Amino acid sequence: MVSSLIGCNMYDVVVIGAGPAGANAAIDAHDHGLRVLLIDEGRDAGGQVWRPKSGSILKASVTSIERKGNQLREHLQKSEVKRKFETRVWHIEKSDNGGWIVGLSGPDDEKQVTSRTVIIATGAQERIIPVNGWTLPGVLGLAGSTALMKENLLPPHGRSIVAGTGPLVFYVASEIQRLGGNVTAISTLNSKLDWCKALPSMILKPRLLFQGLCWVLSLYLKRIPIFWRTGIITIEGENAVEGVTITKVDKDWAPKKDHQRYIPCESVCYGQGLLPEISASRLTGADHYYDEKLGGWVPTIDDLGRTSEKGIYACGDNAGILGVTVAPISGKRAAQAVIEDLKGENPGAGQSNLKMMQKFGRAMTVLNIPRSGLIKFIDDETEICRCEGITKRDIDHEIAHGAQSHNAVKSGTRCGMGPCGGRFCMDTVAMLTAHHTSKTREEIGLPTARPPLRPVILDTLSGDLDYDDLPIPGVSPL
Amino acid sequence: MNVIFDIAVIGGGIMGCGAALRLSEGGMNTVVLEQGDIGQGASGVNAGTLSMQIKRVKLMPYAIKGHEMWEKMGDQVGFHRTGGYTLAFNDKEADLLHERMSMKKEAGANIEFVSPDKIISSEPHLSKKIVAASYCPDDGYANSSLTGQYYRNRLRELDVSYIEKFGVTDILEHEEGWKICSGARTVVAKRILLAAGGWCKKLAAMIGADLPIRARINTVTVTERAPQLLSSILGHATGLLTMKQKENGTILIGGGWQGKGTPEQGRGQIDIKNLIPNLQLAKFVIPALANIRVIRSWTGFEANVPDFYPLAGKLANRDNAFILGCVRGGYTIGPYISKLMGDFILGRETEMPLFDPSRDIIEGRLI
Ligand SMILES: Cc1cc2nc3c(=O)[nH]c(=O)nc-3n(C[C@H](O)[C@H](O)[C@H](O)COP(=O)(O)OP(=O)(O)OC[C@H]3O[C@@H](n4cnc5c(N)ncnc54)[C@H](O)[C@@H]3O)c2cc1C
Repeated sequence: MVSSLIGCNMYDVVVIGAGPAGANAAIDAHDHGLRVLLIDEGRDAGGQVWRPKSGSILKASVTSIERKGNQLREHLQKSEVKRKFETRVWHIEKSDNGGWIVGLSGPDDEKQVTSRTVIIATGAQERIIPVNGWTLPGVLGLAGSTALMKENLLPPHGRSIVAGTGPLVFYVASEIQRLGGNVTAISTLNSKLDWCKALPSMILKPRLLFQGLCWVLSLYLKRIPIFWRTGIITIEGENAVEGVTITKVDKDWAPKKDHQRYIPCESVCYGQGLLPEISASRLTGADHYYDEKLGGWVPTIDDLGRTSEKGIYACGDNAGILGVTVAPISGKRAAQAVIEDLKGENPGAGQSNLKMMQKFGRAMTVLNIPRSGLIKFIDDETEICRCEGITKRDIDHEIAHGAQSHNAVKSGTRCGMGPCGGRFCMDTVAMLTAHHTSKTREEIGLPTARPPLRPVILDTLSGDLDYDDLPIPGVSPL
Repeated sequence: MNVIFDIAVIGGGIMGCGAALRLSEGGMNTVVLEQGDIGQGASGVNAGTLSMQIKRVKLMPYAIKGHEMWEKMGDQVGFHRTGGYTLAFNDKEADLLHERMSMKKEAGANIEFVSPDKIISSEPHLSKKIVAASYCPDDGYANSSLTGQYYRNRLRELDVSYIEKFGVTDILEHEEGWKICSGARTVVAKRILLAAGGWCKKLAAMIGADLPIRARINTVTVTERAPQLLSSILGHATGLLTMKQKENGTILIGGGWQGKGTPEQGRGQIDIKNLIPNLQLAKFVIPALANIRVIRSWTGFEANVPDFYPLAGKLANRDNAFILGCVRGGYTIGPYISKLMGDFILGRETEMPLFDPSRDIIEGRLI
């Protein structure tokens, strides 16, 4: 089978997401003679981790992370993979000829493409457990703050508190310091023991372990206090952040109310790890399952990233939060699967030390698994769904009156019906439902996946109607 | 469970829940069996239009009664009486509109014809290309998302048993009546009522009845909160568009454009080649929609039989098996016809006649 036999506006592979996973998948598929289209909503390739700097500060000195991003972008440039940036995929649909239709909204006129296969490499999104005051200006997600720092080289303003779980806390704090910001304190739910338990897996990747130790060491040297086994219980302030109250937690991460401390600050970087961004893979109809060690709901995939839907592949963090060491390899493996499936060739992508890296990634993700006490941080009046202004009390009430699933809570309260499509409240709603009903995450399920994946301006979707062309399928019966 | 229920209602949509409430009031020990959650089928995802203008002539008296019931449910279901226009944009559509609306008026609906100028003065954002229009002051909408919550609360108040996540996989004859299975789980009941919407065909087949039920898969779209663009509900002479702006500013766009998939395959999906013209038509009617963001498009299954009349009565001429479904405009009519169905099963005389499923079902008029 040669790809040129296929109709000329049909791609062999559309890759959604140009982070380390997607970009590597695109390059490999292209190198094997496949017609590839790489799409990303960002300005350039790199994704979250290798995010490009904004044009005005390109000359600033280059870190090792930036170097990797630049290498990838150069590599892409050379490989002549067809790219569309600042373009959003809003829809994926099985076409009648066995391929896939991908709906686009972007600067150019092409509103739909068709492809024999789609590689989904949409990465991760933040998990932020809402607490009182989390919607105040000055509160940033941990991952969100890294994005801002990478793009603009600006630390969050004023005194910063960095709080949450996993390695990101230490990375963010050390970056803020490096860029000239001011970290007042670090609060992490993890204990030193949690980290000791992760050590055996971390030793597998000594360079990364060393890097992590450097972050922590730099914080110690600057005498920045690290409060282990604590979490933020309220973020205080009238119109913007003025301080936080942190509290000790027990082993289930439930707050111990008599161990509290107020710390003044002007910015808060806050988050509990990452969730796989699965809205695109779910829209294809592929099977998903829940695995907290992979960050939550993930598509069911084989070794190489084939999902249960023929022609749909997943790689990178959206297939399980395993981080940046695994992402490029999983991208290459997804490309390998596509090459095998379309051309019958076995390009034999490297196994390299994938298992080791997966183990490392998993150990990091495990540090972020929310424990049962965490929901005690959420006050009755705390807004869970920012789009619709739905509080914990509203959700608890709905569950107490018989709502047993995600769809039921959503229908009854409007939680998740706003422009973000439930992206930010989904996980919290499921946690609350699990808590009250003692059902498993699988039983509670996820809200039905529907397009558009992100809100899109009606005009960019639909163009104009020639009224006389209106296909009139027959009039309803009298 | 050792309980023997007087009746098991299969399907927890408006039809099933409405009938269960009536049956329970009438003294029957009732259980509702639902494969997913209460009110998450067609009853929970439809466009919520309560319009006399899109009701079939023969079903008009039922729709009027149904409408009254929605009005009584009021805020709990997000009921709004806004008045509604049906629009025609060329002469052919205008003729169609006159013919149909005159008949519906005769059947009791409060419908009048209005001039395009008059519409534009009350709905300034509509396209100026309207050629003819009709108006019904009774038309309005309710919020179908609240169907599940509403009926779940009623069932709980009346202490009616319901089991969610109970997808019926088999119905067997039993010395007491019926044994209804969901995998290994079973429920025994003296009677059954099938009220499984788009899934009725499969369930009827479980007791050997072969009914000519087909399923349509309708598409609905919602926008972000928009500035006020519309105060009444809208329809189109061809039936290809319904629109309403809810209190919170979001705009719902429907019109029966078809998605993909069958009830057996799960929830179904939108079909981009039908979604796009649906949205184009909406924009043609309200040009200012062009700059509004679309938040979500979805589909739901609606069953019908070739004559497009309900199935409401005994199933396969048995005395202990019943079916209620295939009601066109079933959201509007549902609360009323399900009450009638309850009365019928309770052996009472019904206020209006039902629709015997064993009639000769012939292909209906589809222009
Ligand atoms: C998209 C859409 C838009 C519509 N718009 C309007 C409108 O604007 N106005 C209007 O008046 N009407 C409208 N309708 C029609 C109206 O929604 C339906 O007629 C009505 O809701 C049907 O109710 P029901 O209870 O029969 O079906 P459903 O609400 O579908 O209920 C059937 C239930 O049976 C359950 N079930 C199925 N199989 C099994 C099984 N094996 N075991 C257990 N349970 C099972 C299902 O899960 C479901 O909950 C629309 C329909 C759709 C799909």
